Amino acid sequence: MLAESLAISAVLFTIGVVGVLVHRNAIIIFMCVELMLTAVNLTFVAFSRFYGATGQVFVVFVMTVSAAEAAVGLAIIIAIFRHRQTVNLSDINLMKG
Amino acid sequence: MSLQQVAAQAASHPLSGTVAEWLWLLPVLPLAGFVANGLLSLNSARLGPSDPNAPHHHPHSLAAADAPAISHAEQAGAVGDDHHAVKRHRWAGLTSIIGPGVLVASFLLALSIFFAMKGAPMETPFIQRYFSWMPAGDLQIDAAFQLDQLSMVMVLVITGVGALIHIFSIGYMRDDPGYPRYFAYLNLFVFFMLVLVLGANYPVLFVGWEGVGLCSYLLIGYWFSEKANADAGKKAFIVNRIGDFGFLVAMFLLFANLGVLDFAGVNAKATELQAGGALVTAICLFMFLGCAGKSAQIPLYVWLPDAMAGPTPVSALIHAATMVTAGVYLIARSAVLFSLSPVASLTVAIVGAVTAIFAATIGLKQWDIKKVLAYSTVSQLGYMFIGVGVGAYVSGVFHLVTHAFFKALLFLGAGSVIHAMHVAYHRTHSHDDAQDMRNMGGLRRFMPVTWVLMWIATLAISGIPPFAGFFSKDEILGATFSRAQGSTLASATWLGIPGSSLLYAIYALGLISALLTAIYMTRLMLYTFHGPNRTGATEEGYLHEAPWVMTGPLVVLGVLSLIGGWLNIPKIANDLLGLGPRESLHHWLEPVVGGATARIAAGGHHPSVTLEEILIGAAIVIAVAGIAIAFARLKPARLVPKREARQEEGFERVLLNKYFVDEGYDRAIVNPTYAISRNVLWKGVDNGLIDGFLVNGSAAVARGFGWVGSRLQTGSTGIYAWAVVVGVIAVLGAFTLR
Repeated sequence: MLAESLAISAVLFTIGVVGVLVHRNAIIIFMCVELMLTAVNLTFVAFSRFYGATGQVFVVFVMTVSAAEAAVGLAIIIAIFRHRQTVNLSDINLMKG
Repeated sequence: MSLQQVAAQAASHPLSGTVAEWLWLLPVLPLAGFVANGLLSLNSARLGPSDPNAPHHHPHSLAAADAPAISHAEQAGAVGDDHHAVKRHRWAGLTSIIGPGVLVASFLLALSIFFAMKGAPMETPFIQRYFSWMPAGDLQIDAAFQLDQLSMVMVLVITGVGALIHIFSIGYMRDDPGYPRYFAYLNLFVFFMLVLVLGANYPVLFVGWEGVGLCSYLLIGYWFSEKANADAGKKAFIVNRIGDFGFLVAMFLLFANLGVLDFAGVNAKATELQAGGALVTAICLFMFLGCAGKSAQIPLYVWLPDAMAGPTPVSALIHAATMVTAGVYLIARSAVLFSLSPVASLTVAIVGAVTAIFAATIGLKQWDIKKVLAYSTVSQLGYMFIGVGVGAYVSGVFHLVTHAFFKALLFLGAGSVIHAMHVAYHRTHSHDDAQDMRNMGGLRRFMPVTWVLMWIATLAISGIPPFAGFFSKDEILGATFSRAQGSTLASATWLGIPGSSLLYAIYALGLISALLTAIYMTRLMLYTFHGPNRTGATEEGYLHEAPWVMTGPLVVLGVLSLIGGWLNIPKIANDLLGLGPRESLHHWLEPVVGGATARIAAGGHHPSVTLEEILIGAAIVIAVAGIAIAFARLKPARLVPKREARQEEGFERVLLNKYFVDEGYDRAIVNPTYAISRNVLWKGVDNGLIDGFLVNGSAAVARGFGWVGSRLQTGSTGIYAWAVVVGVIAVLGAFTLR
């Protein structure tokens, strides 16, 4: 049971990572990051089923933080879009050294 | 050594409790004069040529505007073209009292100490320790003065001749805007010179040695607004540094091998060194390098003729009578060491002889009156080194003393001539050279006192009896001749040449130099004082004798040049003429250099009376012949003023240009040094290695790292994400595979 749960979350996490790496659209990347967080949450929940409730506490924490992150991140993305009429990350490299 | 021991030792000396206890005051008096005059000169420095803001009507010649009469005596042609009221320094009067006053006081003190010494015969020097100067482990150096017979002779010459030259300077320099500064330097010079001759150990002597070098530099460049004068000062200073290096090495060797540096200790321990060994020879040769620098011997003589850029009394005091004889003093002081090394002694004598004849030939063809005297000084110093080189230390010191008399007289006489010429040219707004003998001629009508006195000095330097120079020069030549017939020098070899034949060669060179000396000095007299006047018709009316404050010291020096030989009249002359006590200087210096002289003369015998008479006769014939040749060959009537003179040709030109030695040094030493400094040290090491590689190189490395770092910052989020993922995988992989 645990192994299957971990496998699913690993697959989810990997999908998220690959999505972050291959996509250029900020919104999609953002969603992939959320996917990675969700995979981690799933891991916490799976472990808490066998080792006590501490993992569930962390899940609540992660969801709170990701909600805040979503709010801030989306706000930034909207600000960027207003400024540059694009959310394609290839075009956003002002911090180039 | 505890204070009681010092006191006990001092108390047992014959001089303790006498006026000699005031020994320390001898140099302190001129030092006080230096301080006082220095303060006066600072007090209104705005008058000096050092102040560029001073109001001048002639920006091309700072000093000329303020001191039309005298300050430019040496700087021919630089005289301002308009008359100005003489602007004396506001403290000139006070300076005229303090400057010579301290010297006269010092001389009187020296005289009374001298009489105290005469009354208390002593074998060991009278030493005064003041404080421990350099206590460092085995090296114990006290600030101490010592008074012995040799120091006393030097002190009397320095303060006596010095006082006369100081008095002469009142007349010569009074109208110079830097008058107190001049006297401050002159007083400081006398202070250091007295430290030099009174020091009880080599380091204290060295302090005086360097101090007089400093004052020489300051006074050569006294009119420093002319670049040539400042350059001459620098040249003197730099050439002397080469010699000082040798002196320092000699001191290090002495300390390393004997462990002492005070004269008493060195003299006591010197016999531990192997006589004729490499070590004592090295010490003596290095020491002689110092002497060659200070006393202007080949190869370091080149600075002395240039030093004539200073005021003429300075040339008389520093560059003729006292400082340049310091090398002779040093060798006489280290006589014990030199007597242990025949090779070093022969070197000294050979260098002296070659210098004597070399400088004398240059003197034959110089036109500048002071240049003739400068080369004459170099030549006469060569004589002194022959004397101390062949172990006739008394003769060397004797010639030092008589030379101080007649050469100071010659220089001051030349100063008097230049003064008159300069005033005349100034009044007529002429830009002609006031020091060139071609512009003089017939001055005897205008300056009879100077003329007579200069002739006395000329006869003295030429070696005509009974003038002073005859006795001292004859004694040196006689000693050289007798050393060749049996002495440690004669039995030694120098670079494979037997010492005895070398000594005969030195004697021959000395005789030829004596002939040349008589010729060039008579030439100087003929061209300056005899024949028609070439100054110019309008200038003639302004030529006149110098004031009494200048001629007075000349008269005293003239008397000394006349009777100075009586200091050490040889036995043979005494037998012939029955005059005065004989060989007094010889007896006087016996406790100081007697042992060393005996060691060198060992195995020899005193020359027979007949031989001595022949030698003296030869010397007189040579001197008279020189004067006669000059009178026969030189025709002052045919001389033309400098601006009409033709160019010299052939060997004359070589002599006029001093054998092109300066040019040779430029090519061989100065220019390569410049080239190495510029191309290797400056452009290579400084610009290339230090600036290029070390400074800019480290900056470039930092910039390179910065460049790499900035390339990594692409600003592309995707690449950062890749980097993070790759990093995470790498770390996880490392943990997994461990």
